[in-house]
Amino acid sequence: MFLRRKCREVAALLIAREDRPLRMGDRIALRLHLAACKTCPAFEKQVLTMRTALHQWRNYTES
Amino acid sequence: MMPPNPDRLRMPIENQLAEHRSYLLRYARLQLRNDAWAEDAVSETLLAALSKPQSFGNRSQLKTWLVGILKHKVIDLLRARAREVSFDEHDDSDGSDELDALLFRQDGHFATAPANWGNPEQDLSSQQFMQILEACTEKLPSAMARVFLMREWLEMPSEEICKELRLTSTNLYVQLHRARLRLRECLEINWFGHPESRS
Repeated sequence: MFLRRKCREVAALLIAREDRPLRMGDRIALRLHLAACKTCPAFEKQVLTMRTALHQWRNYTES
Repeated sequence: MMPPNPDRLRMPIENQLAEHRSYLLRYARLQLRNDAWAEDAVSETLLAALSKPQSFGNRSQLKTWLVGILKHKVIDLLRARAREVSFDEHDDSDGSDELDALLFRQDGHFATAPANWGNPEQDLSSQQFMQILEACTEKLPSAMARVFLMREWLEMPSEEICKELRLTSTNLYVQLHRARLRLRECLEINWFGHPESRS
């Protein structure tokens, strides 16, 4: 039941989270899906890696 | 971070600034996607630096100070050119939907499981990775790249980007979503998919 949302929707939420706050319902659905899904946590890790990379790049351009 | 070269510090400020021109131009072009505007932004930056060299005061690296000024000049320019830098709200011709279709099956699940990118913290600070990341950013379509870099390089809040470019929030989020998907794809192909090619 925790996988009611499709991975495509969850991936879209993981990306949207980088630019805007998610609604409470989306945040809960995201957490439940990530706990139960075998593939989405790897995508979440990729999004977080890109966040770190862009942060490092911003610093790199200034130093 | 490289320590300041003492010989450079003895150079006249004009010469020190001139040494940074091509570096500043590279990032102005990356953000603005227009050579003439980039030249304008860099010229304004160097003029501002020349007119108030005392505000630098060696508190940071000269380059850091100049990039800070450049970011403000780029934002001013984007504001002044808002009408020209905006894009057609109905233009879906950038191929991002095809990218989405490749990533997911019809039933909404991943076509192939996302690869494990490992723990790349060490890699991310390497110059080689930075060059790949910049090359991937350069590949983004111009209008998409501008809003993406307003968010990621100029660090502007989404609401401010919408206001400055007179965009709906929905349209901005669609563009940012597509930019992030493309960047992910490009990094996967050119970096994370080829760990053996790194020095």
